[in-house]
Amino acid sequence: MTRAPKIPVIILLILILSAIFADFLALHDPEIGNPRRRLLPPFWEERGTLQFPLGTDTMGRDILSRLIYGARISLLVAFGAVIFAGCLGTAAGVTAGFFGGWVDQVIMRFTDAWLSIPMVMFGMLMAVIVGPGVFNIVVIMSLVFWTRYARVARGETLSLKTRDFVHLATIAGCGKFRIMRKHILPNVMNSVITLASLQIGIAVVVEASLTFLGVGVPPPKPAWGLMLSEGRGGLIAGYWWLVVFPGMAIALLVMSFNLVGDWLRIYLDPHYRNLE
Amino acid sequence: MKKYIVRRLLLSIVVVWIVSVLIFLAARIGPDPVYMIASPGASEAELQSIRQRFGLDQPLPVQYFTFIIRALQGDLGESIYYGLPVSKIVVSRLPASLLLVGVAKFISLCIGLVAGLMAARRRGRWQDNLVKWFSLLGLSMPNFWIAMLLILIFSVKLKILPTGGYGGIAHVLMPAFSLGWYFSAGYTRIIYSSLLQVLNSEYIKLARVKGLSEKSVVGKHALKNALIPVVTLAGMNLVVMISGAVAVETVFAWPGLGLLMYHGAVYRDFNIVQAVVLFISAMMVMINLLVDILYAYIDPRIRYQYH
Repeated sequence: MTRAPKIPVIILLILILSAIFADFLALHDPEIGNPRRRLLPPFWEERGTLQFPLGTDTMGRDILSRLIYGARISLLVAFGAVIFAGCLGTAAGVTAGFFGGWVDQVIMRFTDAWLSIPMVMFGMLMAVIVGPGVFNIVVIMSLVFWTRYARVARGETLSLKTRDFVHLATIAGCGKFRIMRKHILPNVMNSVITLASLQIGIAVVVEASLTFLGVGVPPPKPAWGLMLSEGRGGLIAGYWWLVVFPGMAIALLVMSFNLVGDWLRIYLDPHYRNLE
Repeated sequence: MKKYIVRRLLLSIVVVWIVSVLIFLAARIGPDPVYMIASPGASEAELQSIRQRFGLDQPLPVQYFTFIIRALQGDLGESIYYGLPVSKIVVSRLPASLLLVGVAKFISLCIGLVAGLMAARRRGRWQDNLVKWFSLLGLSMPNFWIAMLLILIFSVKLKILPTGGYGGIAHVLMPAFSLGWYFSAGYTRIIYSSLLQVLNSEYIKLARVKGLSEKSVVGKHALKNALIPVVTLAGMNLVVMISGAVAVETVFAWPGLGLLMYHGAVYRDFNIVQAVVLFISAMMVMINLLVDILYAYIDPRIRYQYH
């Protein structure tokens, strides 16, 4: 299983490209609606037109355009959060593992404490304090996610530390900081990237949840979680397209991330690779 | 054993203490909390009197000390929105949360058991693939979206289940399923892999050689051993489930801790948010402690590490 799964990669590419080229792809403005054409159904239903292929929302905004721009927000927040969290957690983990002793104790107890605060609730607590906003949500989510990287990086560092090439580097007169940077960090990266690829799907869901709960990306931005919370009011009246399409977008993105992540985990693991 | 328990207990206390400091500090890095309490446009004198009343003019360590002493006595302040002591509100919401999580846990365990068993016995066939896709879907769909789809199907189209609220078995079915689907994937995977492992072991071969029926081999001998890791995961997941239910409770207006948290966030009722997070974190630490002690009790290798 060394070949990347085709369909998830294609879906990811489509979503990433539409995020990049949203300005050219979207037919309508995602934030400005027209009250006269509100709640139009998708084109295959009665009253639907091809001008608004997936219908319009309660404010008359084109759903497809909002979905395309929404990909930009979801991907930006998810990648931003995972990269920030990865840097923070890896730095903490490598430091803890390399120095050991009381440094290790302090960092790891701190990590344990952090891990016992539930993710979504911690995110909500932080969001209530700093207020909603795209940049704020990236910072909050990296504060939510860094702990797992710290644990993984520490574990890897502990085993790398005993290896001969690290001892040899010490004998050759390398400073501690140089060993950590040149000899430990590159070897920790595989595990960190694997973890990141498995976490990015969770990051998309957490961002959507926080936004849905009103503490993430603020309106009128076309975030998928926001579209879901706005569409919730029309649920009972049967305006299903307000809710079905944004959720489908989230599920597709997360599923593709999960499948690619599973593949990457096996691909980057030398143990599995040598079996081929 | 005693030594081990004492050590774990001390570590847990340290963890809870760090959590309390984190939450306390988090509340202070934001804008001055005075502006959360005071009405907009309050004069400097009014702000000063509020600072004095809530002890916000004291140095941070003193503030933390009063915060922690009060918290230990069960006093986490008053809710601005409800006008009641926060700890009372939190306790009153606990039964609804536990009911939802209990039913969700039951549903997810049933799904995990059936799916894991089916996939392990029919490995590589269509049943195996079906189970894999079902798990992947559960892991990929946000639970509040599942919740809304269920409302669309069962309340709006078929009109057989209520759209929300707290009540009998009909009210709990949809919230519990939307919460449980995600977790069932984890149970399925564990039952699947541990069943495969157990089915290849010597004593199962012996049971087969003895001429026991397939039903007896799988049901009686294999499944029992495969269940141990599942039970552990189910216990450790309990608190994660309570906190994962925020969005689901919001969709169904289910009056648990999650909905309380949501209202706290919407009305910027900071004391509520802080109390729920503190409460859930303390529960998490406690459950982890219990699991560790239980493990040490079952597995002598762990407890002899500390002699």
